[in-house]
Amino acid sequence: MPAERRPLSRTALTWMMVGEWRAHPGRVITAALAIAIGVALGFAVHIINGSAQNELAQAVRTVNADADLQVHATTPLGFDETLYPALARAPGIVAASPVVELSARFGTGPSRSLEGGGLTLLGIDPLRAASVTPTLLSQGASPPIEGAGGFVPESLFDPRAIMLSQAALAASGRKVGEAVTITAAGRSVDFVVAGVLSGAASEQQIAVLDIATAQWLFGSLGRLQRVDLKFSPGANPATVEASLRDRLPADAQIVTAQSEARRGDNLTRAYRANLEMLALMALLTGGFLVYSAQSLSVARRRPQFALLRVLGLERRGLLAQVFVEGALVGGVGAALGLALGLGVAVGTLQFLGGDLGGGYFRGTTPDLVVTPLPVLVFFALGLVAALLGSLLPALEAARAQPGIALKDLGDKNDPNAKPAAWLGLALLAAGGGAAILPAVRGLPLFGYLSIGLMLAGGVAAMPWLARVLITPLQRVGRRNVSIDLAVKRLWGAPDQAAVALCGIVASTSLMVAMAVMVASLRGSVDDWLTEILPSDLLFRVESGGFDAEARARIARAPGVGDILFQRTLPLRLASDMPPLILLVRPVDKAKPMASLPMIGRSAEAPEGVTPVWLSEPAARLYGHKVGEQMVLPMGGGNPQVFVAGIWRDYARQSGAIAIDQADYTRLTGDDRRTEASLDLKPGTTSVSAAQAIRAALPPEMAAQVQFFETRQMRAIALRLFDSSFALTYALEAIAIVVGLAGVAATFSAQTLARTKEFGMLRHVGVLRRQIILMLATEGALLGAVGVVSGLALGLAMSQVLIHVVNPQSFHWTMETRLPLPLFASLAIALVAAGAGTAVLAGRRALSADAVRAVREDW
Amino acid sequence: MSPPVLSLATLRKSVPGGRVLFEGLNLDVAPGEIVAIMGESGVGKSTLLNLIAGLDQADSGGVAIDGVRLESLDDDGRTRMRRDRIGFVFQAFHILPHLTLAQNVALPLVLQNIDGAAATARATAILASIGLPNRAGDRPSQLSGGELQRVALARALVHRPALVLADEPTGNLDPETAARILDLFVAEVRGSGAAAILVTHSERAAAVADRILNLTAAGLVHAG
Repeated sequence: MPAERRPLSRTALTWMMVGEWRAHPGRVITAALAIAIGVALGFAVHIINGSAQNELAQAVRTVNADADLQVHATTPLGFDETLYPALARAPGIVAASPVVELSARFGTGPSRSLEGGGLTLLGIDPLRAASVTPTLLSQGASPPIEGAGGFVPESLFDPRAIMLSQAALAASGRKVGEAVTITAAGRSVDFVVAGVLSGAASEQQIAVLDIATAQWLFGSLGRLQRVDLKFSPGANPATVEASLRDRLPADAQIVTAQSEARRGDNLTRAYRANLEMLALMALLTGGFLVYSAQSLSVARRRPQFALLRVLGLERRGLLAQVFVEGALVGGVGAALGLALGLGVAVGTLQFLGGDLGGGYFRGTTPDLVVTPLPVLVFFALGLVAALLGSLLPALEAARAQPGIALKDLGDKNDPNAKPAAWLGLALLAAGGGAAILPAVRGLPLFGYLSIGLMLAGGVAAMPWLARVLITPLQRVGRRNVSIDLAVKRLWGAPDQAAVALCGIVASTSLMVAMAVMVASLRGSVDDWLTEILPSDLLFRVESGGFDAEARARIARAPGVGDILFQRTLPLRLASDMPPLILLVRPVDKAKPMASLPMIGRSAEAPEGVTPVWLSEPAARLYGHKVGEQMVLPMGGGNPQVFVAGIWRDYARQSGAIAIDQADYTRLTGDDRRTEASLDLKPGTTSVSAAQAIRAALPPEMAAQVQFFETRQMRAIALRLFDSSFALTYALEAIAIVVGLAGVAATFSAQTLARTKEFGMLRHVGVLRRQIILMLATEGALLGAVGVVSGLALGLAMSQVLIHVVNPQSFHWTMETRLPLPLFASLAIALVAAGAGTAVLAGRRALSADAVRAVREDW
Repeated sequence: MSPPVLSLATLRKSVPGGRVLFEGLNLDVAPGEIVAIMGESGVGKSTLLNLIAGLDQADSGGVAIDGVRLESLDDDGRTRMRRDRIGFVFQAFHILPHLTLAQNVALPLVLQNIDGAAATARATAILASIGLPNRAGDRPSQLSGGELQRVALARALVHRPALVLADEPTGNLDPETAARILDLFVAEVRGSGAAAILVTHSERAAAVADRILNLTAAGLVHAG
């Protein structure tokens, strides 16, 4: 009668696993830590992004409040206020609230940061706003504030009264009832803090005052930046929107809650997606390290598993054991990673902000938002990475013939068998193919697929590549027995070498790819800065701007040589895209390359059409090519402009459009300029020139001018760059640590598994130091093969990052630069780690006496 | 007369390359009988044990244990047959180094899903009966070769198998220890009522068996 089928024995599984882990805790801990680091990075980046997005959405909700629809000015210059009554009377509109929106700051002097003061000044009609956007004026559930005498909307009719959000109140350092000075549009005005806007997002700095006061005091008479609208009950939003669209001038556009949400998403989506992908790459590396650890563990325990099979453990039992081991490693690693990730997220939000140094939400520290779904997803990802890492070793363990494996006392490799290259090469080719596919919804998904396939291909090709790289050494005759043994072993067992190498190659190649990409971008930015900052001194006035008279005075100031004035202002081309920058400056239409860092060909504008020059990101984002015409929504008209060329710009990821200053003034009537760059006359210092320029200006304007030396500006720009890539550098460092941990764990495991071989060598007369030298040579050779393979694979992956991921995500291109000192350090570190770990593990393996080693069964 | 525990019928086995190890091999082993199989190196003694254990498959012919033909079972079925009906003793002991002695001995029981505590208690008792009292919690690294083979013997018998397969059980031991292990082997196997196949080069070891057979290319022939 056949024996009955019974469920798997949990006791046997537990005994085997606990015994194994007690015997080799270091390997289990290394594998779990690798998973933990990957999960921690991914989880931290995800919840930081989520928290920042939540903050951004809350900010949009507060400022835009409860309006059904908004009409926004395309530039800060605003639109004519006569549009307001026309909108208020439009069919389907029950209420309209006009808004003046200005960028402002507290105090009178120039802002200490390059990004401005961070305060949004809203001029509103309190009665209209109360019906259209009540949230903005609500008291909410704000904590009691010392000195707050309650919210008094009527106080907004007082021309000296201003209401502040809690963040603005904190930034001002004042209390309710105290005086505060606010500067906007080049004018500084004293107000009394009349109350607190509790409905604003916790980190958002908003100041609200009466609209007439705002227009009068800040020189915005007759202009509005926004009108908030409320639909009539039963009105069809689409119909109302379409009818309004027909009534709008070119310098105004419709904004809905959906388009605002898309704009916020578009602003940071690529950045967030890239960071999350980078973090997931770290998790992938963790998966490879689990694979290394499990493969070595299975290889070492082959006879043990064979015994269990002989004693009656079914194949699925063995499969389950290796899988459960992997799952426990993954589960513990993932749980640890979640806790670690939470800590990293809290620390990062505190020290780098919600954009991880990316510069998108500067000045804010969002509240941490953790929801259950990402916790479950990242736990599952950690588990899946560990299970995938265990899959091949588990199948190999279950496939082994127990009768043969039980007597397998050494290498089962046939040195004459040629390792297959087809799978690796096919995956690499597929990776190359994926790289040429276009972006999906603005994200380089195929670019990342390409990197994943290349990584898998590189790892799959490792046995073949190891054989190819070792073969020349194998052919060379040697007298040193240790080195000869080391080379012959590596040549004859490329599969084992590949197991040791896959974690190293994965982490090294990812690190090399990132390092090349960052070095290339930094180098290109450095060159670009040199090109766009050729002058000695830069200065700007934060708001208002220099009129023609002020410019003439500046140009006549002592020590001022050639001087170039320009103006930058945000311009909305589409309501669901972040505003791009309109760069107003003198441009030589015949030779634009003398004025801008041009890329590719230029074209001459047809007679009567205004030429503009698009930055590379603007051209890619809006899909414009040289020679095309487009609409520039400003100046109240609807001017068609001609795309005369594309220029390189790394500063404005949302795009920029350069226009000659004469054309701009003609189209808008605006003659003010906000920035200037100048060459100093011989013998003049930056300080003396700055003093002379201040002396030439009216005192109020002079107090608002900020000066920057070009050298200082470049340093600031590169510091901002490094801050933006702070997390990338951290990921690189972690990749190095994980890679070296992988080297240590795999070499150590492989060496300890060869105790019997060392015993045999000692029996036949090989000296202890000769074995140590053999191991050092093997370790160094493996490290070298890892470096060569990792460098080659990393360079290929870097080209995908440079030519696919960056253009598709950030819309800029760059030239490849190789960080050779980093490569050299990496090569030395990996070779030294390989040799060092092998020697240390070898000393341990050789500590057992030679006779016992040969008799030992396992 | 009881039906045979093991029945081999016209077995044929060749190795890769075509060399025939044996063919037309027949053997019946009665319950409680100890059969020694001798033969030169490379003649296929271990292969024959692998065929009996269901770890390898014959070119033709059949293997039946307790009347169940192994050819009719899939891999899992053959595995369960080994788990429930067969005990093994190896030349190289094969004691798992990271388990205690009791856990090593109890392995066949826990693989049958017997409760861990009960299995360990039974293993402890059998360890005591083969001369290793109070050693249940020890690790294999603390034992000599002879002691390790006692543990292996305990493991082979702990689940009361119908058939014990022993492959050179004294091959790694000095003569004195080997003699003691052989005596213990015979006593314990006979005490359990199991049949046993003892593959050995040693005539002294073979002498403890009820029948001694020589394996040749023509099959099994009586020796002496």
